[in-house]
Amino acid sequence: MRYLPHSKKNREAMLATIGVNSIDDLFAEIPESVRVTEGFGLPDHATELEVDRYFRSQSAKNLAASEAAFFVGGGAYRHHVPETVNHLIQRSEFLTAYTPYQPEISQGTLQALFEFQTQVAQLYDMEVANASMYDGSTGTGEAVLMAHRATKRRKAIVSGGVHPQYVEVIENLSDFGSHQVVKLPANPTGVEDIISQLDKETSCVVVQTPNFFGELSDFTKLAEAVHAVKALLIVVVTEVVSLGAVKAPGAMGADIVVGEGQSIGVGLNFGGPYVGLFATTKKLLRQMPGRVCGETVDADGKRGFVLTMSTREQHIRREKATSNICTNAGLCTLAFTIHMSLLGEVGLRKMAMASHNAAVVLAERLAKIDGVEVLNTSFFNEFTVRLTGKNANDIVNQLADDKILAGVPVSRLLPDAGHDELLLIAVTETNSDEDFDRLETALKGAVS
Amino acid sequence: MSKYYTEDHEYVFVKGDIATLGVSEHAQEQLGDVVFVELPEVGVTFEKGDEFAVVESVKAASEVYAPVGGVVVEVNSALEDAPATVNEGAESVGWFVKIKMANPSDVEGLLNVEAYGAHIAD
Amino acid sequence: MSADKMNNVGRPSTPNAVASNEAHPTFTGNKALQINEPLLYEVGTPEQTGVDIADPRKATSRLGDLARSEPIGLHGLSEPETMRHYVRLSQKNFAIDSGMYPLGSCTMKHNPRINEKVARLPGFADTHPLQPQHTVQGAFEVIETLADWLMKLTGTEAVAMSPKAGAHGELCGMMAIEAAHRAAGNAGKRTKVLIPESAHGTNPATAVFVGYQVQTIKTREDGTVDPQAIKEAMSDEVAAIMLTNPNTCGLFERDIMEIADIVHAGGAYFYCDGANFNAIMGRAKPGDLGVDAMHINLHKTFSTPHGGGGPGAGPVVLSKALAAFAPVPFAKRDGGNIEMVEHKEGTKSFGRMTAFHGQMGMNTRALSYILSHGQDGIRQAAEDCVLNANYIKASLKDVMSPAFEEQKEGFQRPAMHEALFHDGFLEGTGVSTLDFAKAMIDEGFHPMTMYFPLVVHGAMLIEPTESESKASLDQFIATMRDLTLSAKAGETERFLGAPFYAPMKRMDETLAARKPILKWVPAPQ
Repeated sequence: MRYLPHSKKNREAMLATIGVNSIDDLFAEIPESVRVTEGFGLPDHATELEVDRYFRSQSAKNLAASEAAFFVGGGAYRHHVPETVNHLIQRSEFLTAYTPYQPEISQGTLQALFEFQTQVAQLYDMEVANASMYDGSTGTGEAVLMAHRATKRRKAIVSGGVHPQYVEVIENLSDFGSHQVVKLPANPTGVEDIISQLDKETSCVVVQTPNFFGELSDFTKLAEAVHAVKALLIVVVTEVVSLGAVKAPGAMGADIVVGEGQSIGVGLNFGGPYVGLFATTKKLLRQMPGRVCGETVDADGKRGFVLTMSTREQHIRREKATSNICTNAGLCTLAFTIHMSLLGEVGLRKMAMASHNAAVVLAERLAKIDGVEVLNTSFFNEFTVRLTGKNANDIVNQLADDKILAGVPVSRLLPDAGHDELLLIAVTETNSDEDFDRLETALKGAVS
Repeated sequence: MSKYYTEDHEYVFVKGDIATLGVSEHAQEQLGDVVFVELPEVGVTFEKGDEFAVVESVKAASEVYAPVGGVVVEVNSALEDAPATVNEGAESVGWFVKIKMANPSDVEGLLNVEAYGAHIAD
Repeated sequence: MSADKMNNVGRPSTPNAVASNEAHPTFTGNKALQINEPLLYEVGTPEQTGVDIADPRKATSRLGDLARSEPIGLHGLSEPETMRHYVRLSQKNFAIDSGMYPLGSCTMKHNPRINEKVARLPGFADTHPLQPQHTVQGAFEVIETLADWLMKLTGTEAVAMSPKAGAHGELCGMMAIEAAHRAAGNAGKRTKVLIPESAHGTNPATAVFVGYQVQTIKTREDGTVDPQAIKEAMSDEVAAIMLTNPNTCGLFERDIMEIADIVHAGGAYFYCDGANFNAIMGRAKPGDLGVDAMHINLHKTFSTPHGGGGPGAGPVVLSKALAAFAPVPFAKRDGGNIEMVEHKEGTKSFGRMTAFHGQMGMNTRALSYILSHGQDGIRQAAEDCVLNANYIKASLKDVMSPAFEEQKEGFQRPAMHEALFHDGFLEGTGVSTLDFAKAMIDEGFHPMTMYFPLVVHGAMLIEPTESESKASLDQFIATMRDLTLSAKAGETERFLGAPFYAPMKRMDETLAARKPILKWVPAPQ
């Protein structure tokens, strides 16, 4: 087997050094009744060629975004990732290193994390960011728990504009932690009354911009009202590229900003791995979950970076830890940072505007079709349309057969909520005019 | 001023009905470099035995329990920016909080200087 | 031969005769291949970019009054500068590909590159989790095939594929357990979880996340859990035990089946931390041992890269008793079609742990590793990792201090995949476990796990994995012996200031924690 270096002769020599006769002696502690002596009815080892062939055949059964006119968003977006990113993250020294516990021989990972934290803090316009969470949804769940710890209250109010699967993650954690969740109904107009729900039991309010339906909101007034009852405002951002064009949550008074970072550097990956971005204020720093990288000096006074503030974490604090999280999204943070370094402020803004303007152009074209209504007043690169009298899910399935991935039917995430006609359409700089033509023609045919 | 200690290395220095709370010199030595102290706010009330602060070194975080109960009247804000103050003088400049004691009898059962000295010598 | 016609004015081919070959400081502070690299924010500028993006289409803004007008502060680099910046950074990292990385509990095995290739095929890397299910059947089939292997290797009935890391898997398993208690009408009645003191820190942290109180169980003197201690701790308030097997001391919990019986008899469940599954895969099935739920770290056991701290993946295998409570989404096969069930309504599922389907990119890599090994190779890998750990232990036990008494005299009780030592052999030398570890860096090895498990003083937990050749192990053993003898001979300078040859000297972690600087800020004008 190509991954195992030992020859039979070496194995025998090593057994002799240990002082046992056979390898079975080393497994003698396993109770005899449960020792596995036969195979599992599964295949034996395979050549690299065979493995490659298997995966290529499975891959070919899927409709890849690159083969389709692609408009799917709903919390994961397809942007172009430069090849440089893919090359650099496969450098052995990044790819096959562990969590940087030995800072003297991990400065590559650590300095990149420090750059990552800086980029996230800037994008969100917040004071501090951590070294990442698993993804946006789990990060949001943790943000709510953090607010509960900081305020010593246990009630979260969740806007109807928050991604429905993120809400399910919050609800699940709250269910087991015996916390209260007040969930407002999902509403494509983005208009809802949160302020009247605030009370002295409220630990936090969770909102999202652009929201699940694509609508943009200014939370400045909400932040004031939330702070007036000494609660915290958590703002979720599922499309990080929007921050190259849209006012940052930190500038609206957010206390915790959390979101998904996969748009930058990571790609679609059929849902994971992704990278959760998490930022907060200095005041709440000690309540923040996850790994944090900080600047220091070595014995010669030379600047370097270490993991720090680890007393909040599970390996030291055990049952009193801020979270059970152990890893961060490691290589995905690196991909994010490298891509963001390539973009710089200039590139990010241009990519954001290319996505936004493309979405505006498409929305205007689709709005002209009889039976298609664009519901948003404002949006970044994703908007909601009503396909009057039609089931959006059926249309999406039907168009997929012509290699048009038209978007996310709202009912896929919110079944039985009366949203069967609604379709989310996401647009990025990767969409061509031909994609637009195909979607427009196909939708025209489908709704007529 | 009367000085008392707990077996867990908290101290309370009592003067009138005002008690100064912190961790002992011995505790400071055991902890090593203190990097952060989490303190309650002025006005907070706690009872004897309640957790009222957390002291962190690089590798450990320890809860600090109140040797006596009362309401916080002053916190040592120097610790916020300079947690090393605890290492410089745990039982002097590195005090944590001053409280107005609720029950003077709370000090009963605590160790005096000699008893604490014997306790840490064990 | 005519010497006068030879070109002898060219470059010298031998080193110069110089008075001294002592190193001198360089003007740049660089040391040949070790080059200092400033931060992105110090080499880049706000104006620079390394991408060419087509000009945006003409359109009227729909951002309302929410356009971002203030500068963000990001800095950019051109493409060649980006390449150089991150290549230079990479050169400051130790990695499995460059040397032995014997971090106990972390299973730093070889990461095959075919895994990377297949994970990047467009059908997996360039598909969206919300595109119609009939357009991603190949991806579902990969998930299903991996799930099938995991269930068969562990002898279990179901597997939750969405947890994103080991700790997330623990959370999933404990939620399934709590859901089962609730379904049995025991909501709020079983509030305690038993956890041995040798456990990973994630175990108690997870239990608390699910609303439980932790009851710590003392470890017996030989490093394992005493069934008697479990018997005494059992009550109708106990929801579960969380036990690592092989445990964090690198030992097989020899009474595990008795413990499982006690736990089950008391109406509780057995959660197994599967971090160390590598040692027994193909030789024992956790399901047969009485395990109800166990996470599998794909990034440990099944070779997906650690990536400097992630991403990982933590599928959770579940016994028959817990199978129905698995989180959404889960796959359901109906003839030739695989449906991913995405909503818990109408099922017993406890709910959702993450958006979308979990770590697809890790699933492909892990399955690639599994198919490459096959059932025969997987068993051989477990045997080799156990062989390697015992070989290290046997070769060092006369100079270092094996962790448990009974292992001192000759071979008595095998370790599994890890060799554990305490710092007794350093007593009186003035050298600590940390100093010893830093000296290993100078010798070209990544240190082992230190000061864990907590039950062993100054612990050194060495996990070589099956990827190391005998030659590599012999070199490691020789180095450990040399260092040990050096420490015992009083050569403390080698240790106290170590590392001397790494890109950085020892780092001041106290300063970092006292005055947290967590991001770059522009120098004041």
